[in-house]
Amino acid sequence: MSLQEEVELLRNIPLFAKLEPSKLKLLAFTSERLTFNSGHTLFRQGEQGDAAYIIIDGEAAVEVDSPTGPLRVATLGRNDFVGEIAILCDVPRTATVTAVTNLVTLRISKDLFFRLITEFPQMAVEIMRELAHRLELTTARLRQVINDSNTGTPA
Amino acid sequence: MERNIYAYVWRHSRRMQIILLVATVLTFPILYFSLELPKIIVNDAIGSFRPVAFDLPLFGTIRFDQISYLLLLSFLFLFMVVLNGGIKYYLNVAQGLLGERLLRRLRYQLYARVLRFPLPHFRKVSSGEIIPMITSEVEQIGGFMGSAFVTPIFQGGYLLTLLGFMLIQDWLLGLLAIMFYPIQAWLIPKMQYRVNMLAKERVRTVRKLADRIGETIAGVAEVHAHDTSALERTDVSDRLGVIFDIRYRIFKLKYFIKFLNNFIGQLTPFFFYSVGGYLVIEGDLSFGALVAVLAAYKDLSSPWKELLDFYQLQADSAIKYIQVIEQFDPPGLMPESQQETEDPEARLSGPIVLSNVGLVDDDGSRRLENVSVELPLDQHIAVVGDGASGKEELAMLLARLLNPTSGSLRYGDVEAADLPESVTGRRIGYVGPNAYLFSATVASNLTYALRHRPNDPAKLPDDEARVKWLEEAVRSGCSPYDLQADWIDRAAADAASDEELVRRMLDVLTLVGLDDDIYHFGLRGRIDPNSQTEIAEDMLAARAAVQARLNDDPDAAKLIERFDQDRYNTNATVAENLLFGNPVGDGFGLDRLAEHDYVAWVLKEAGLDEAFLQTGIKVAETMVELFADLPPGHEFFELFSFISSEDLPEFQAILNRVGRGGVEGLSATDRLRLISLPFKLIAARHRLGLLEEDMQRQVVAARRIFRENLPAHLQGMVEFYDPNRFASAATIQDNILFGKVAYDQPDAARRVAALIGSVLDARGLRSSVMEVGLAYHVGVAGSRLSGAQRQRLAVARALMKRPDLLILNQATSGLDGASQARLLEAILQHRSGQGLIWVLSRPQQARFFDRVLVMAHGRLSEDGDYESLNVEGKMLRDLIQSD
Repeated sequence: MSLQEEVELLRNIPLFAKLEPSKLKLLAFTSERLTFNSGHTLFRQGEQGDAAYIIIDGEAAVEVDSPTGPLRVATLGRNDFVGEIAILCDVPRTATVTAVTNLVTLRISKDLFFRLITEFPQMAVEIMRELAHRLELTTARLRQVINDSNTGTPA
Repeated sequence: MERNIYAYVWRHSRRMQIILLVATVLTFPILYFSLELPKIIVNDAIGSFRPVAFDLPLFGTIRFDQISYLLLLSFLFLFMVVLNGGIKYYLNVAQGLLGERLLRRLRYQLYARVLRFPLPHFRKVSSGEIIPMITSEVEQIGGFMGSAFVTPIFQGGYLLTLLGFMLIQDWLLGLLAIMFYPIQAWLIPKMQYRVNMLAKERVRTVRKLADRIGETIAGVAEVHAHDTSALERTDVSDRLGVIFDIRYRIFKLKYFIKFLNNFIGQLTPFFFYSVGGYLVIEGDLSFGALVAVLAAYKDLSSPWKELLDFYQLQADSAIKYIQVIEQFDPPGLMPESQQETEDPEARLSGPIVLSNVGLVDDDGSRRLENVSVELPLDQHIAVVGDGASGKEELAMLLARLLNPTSGSLRYGDVEAADLPESVTGRRIGYVGPNAYLFSATVASNLTYALRHRPNDPAKLPDDEARVKWLEEAVRSGCSPYDLQADWIDRAAADAASDEELVRRMLDVLTLVGLDDDIYHFGLRGRIDPNSQTEIAEDMLAARAAVQARLNDDPDAAKLIERFDQDRYNTNATVAENLLFGNPVGDGFGLDRLAEHDYVAWVLKEAGLDEAFLQTGIKVAETMVELFADLPPGHEFFELFSFISSEDLPEFQAILNRVGRGGVEGLSATDRLRLISLPFKLIAARHRLGLLEEDMQRQVVAARRIFRENLPAHLQGMVEFYDPNRFASAATIQDNILFGKVAYDQPDAARRVAALIGSVLDARGLRSSVMEVGLAYHVGVAGSRLSGAQRQRLAVARALMKRPDLLILNQATSGLDGASQARLLEAILQHRSGQGLIWVLSRPQQARFFDRVLVMAHGRLSEDGDYESLNVEGKMLRDLIQSD
């Protein structure tokens, strides 16, 4: 898989969808391609996050700690983007992600991501838009839930 | 040292001087005769010839006619010239030799004195002042010392001979010749004295300048931090101005003296021509005599000038000598015997006893007052106190680095002052807070504490030339030891052989917690497999073990891509794949591989040159697209780009040319620039889709062409990867891995390090790698080590000699708390039953010691065990609480 394909991959990620092609290319070029063997962990819940991963090939399990042990909450596959919160703000990982099959990923480190954003403010604006859009979505949903609960409709 | 330079010269070169003087005196009759000859030639052979006959005992009577007599005399004259020249040559060489020996002796003695300066003296003098004195300033003195006796005798005698000759020819002309000498002899020295004074001032000013420059270099960070470069520049400018002024005044005086000398020199012939000519015309003087006198006068100016010069040099050197000597005779200079006497068996015999010890600084401030204490050599003693408590001075005093100014300090029954350094320096281990590391390897810094004298000082080197070398050193009163001899006192480190010594070094390094660092230095280190065959073999064994591990463990196998003659290595650059070996020297440097003619030929031969050009164009296009928006100098260029920000516009221009005229129109330089781009590509990392399998196969083929056709003269420039051979040009780690770490593996560096570590440990080879780490060069003053590493290494160095008493003066202050505690514990355990005095920077650590001394205001205020002192109302409690 070449750089061009990686660029396509990045374009499918909503957070990056509106970026210029040449910037996406730079992002792809400066990211690392990492392969995890099945059973290996990308990151653990509670750790300080330092990178986000785009899954190029393979499957990964998302697990959260529960009183009864790890609980699988989702399975990730091709084109999924995981850990993006970590590269936007300093919060501990909210889940553990483990490769289920052999897993090929593109690793975007926080450090690199910030350097790109500081260099190209246009990128920041695009990403801000996307985040605002998400926030709006979440708020709308929340409003919906409140409305629903007020009217007695089961959520 | 002698206060008078003549006394010094005479004392150290009496025999040689006498020989030279005798040789000098022998030249005078020869000189006289060679002056006489021209007169005989002119008067007897050329002028009024009378047949000459000599009666020789063996040959009977030999008769000469005019021509043969002339020839005889002429050849005799030639012989005299040669003889005279020969003797002069010998005298000059001998004088030079004499001077060089004296200079060598003087420098050696001055340096030896520096090593005997009392430590506080170094606060007053700086290396910037001392170094030029030993190196450059005494150089002129050396030249003078060689000629101190010979030149005045030789030149004076020469002058007198010439004068005598002239007076005999004609007393009037003789007197005329020296008529102005008294004036010169009176006036010139007076002026010269002023020149000398200025020269002295110049030396002082230059010394201060050197010192000032040295100081700003040492504190250059402060200059930047406080924006004081203008101040410093002005300061130096001002000093340069002073030097300029002095030098200018010297020049003016010097050339005036020269003018005067020349004028007087030219005045005298005026009298010769007028008065001498008159006398010849009148018949009072023979023509031959006038010629001879003129010739003699021509010769006369040279010894006279030499004498005047010598007088100047003499006056100057005598002043300089005394000036230098005074600088090297500080009060409290350690007696020579303390460094010279040696008793290898001597140990510290009993407890250190201080009674009423006081220490006063040279500025009069009291550092220690009335300290009386007895310190046995088997206790662990902590010394605590605040910064000005005198604890540091106490430690230095105990190591005999300082001498008490009052009271007495005894080691057992020996007074401190009577103990030679061969005892204090070997039986006491002292480490201060800023212990110095020498610019050498780790090993050589460790053995520094073991190199006191050559192991067998009496043993002569096998090499004849080397023996002569040492004899010459002794003749100049220098060190009689052979620097190339074996100096390492292995017994002191409890090692019988070099192998054991290495083991001991690794032991102490482990003890001080440097084992891991040394191991990593080792992994990055290189060895010469020819001289370190065992390590090379060990590393090949480790390489095989890594291979076995990779075969067994598929996860690990993905971590490293091994070198394979027949396969392209996707984690290596194209250059590395093509060369398939390590460059030796600069010939095939990987950065500039494309520029090599042979490489160009190989590419052509493999049919790759056009492909590389096309790939280069694509790489350039991508780089321009990706990086063109970035400001020049952005860190991305260095981190990711194949093209530096300065070169980017140029490549843009090249691409434009390609767009307009195709690749055919490209100049050779442009082609080369493009072709060199793909050399940096790493398939697994750069993912540009430019290195498909087809191309990879071709590079592997080119690799074979490269190797098979390599001309003989290039063979030594590359060391091909060979699974069964140690590569001398590669690091230990690269030798063990024999491959490239995969770019696509997460956390690869740590996992590879763990893999190597476990393989080495399984085979007990870690120490082999550490042995390589011992050869790591620590840099100037240990600058390639961190502060903490430096302190640890300094402690390890003191442990190497297994001292009777170890004194640590805040020697671990640069370590973090946890490391300090670990090191403290390790050293306490290591020194159990042996003397240890530790000046602590953290008083709470005192609880691990047998005994605690609390210092305050230069006095010993508390002395006891930790429990009894760590109570309310005691100073120790206060110190701990404020820690």
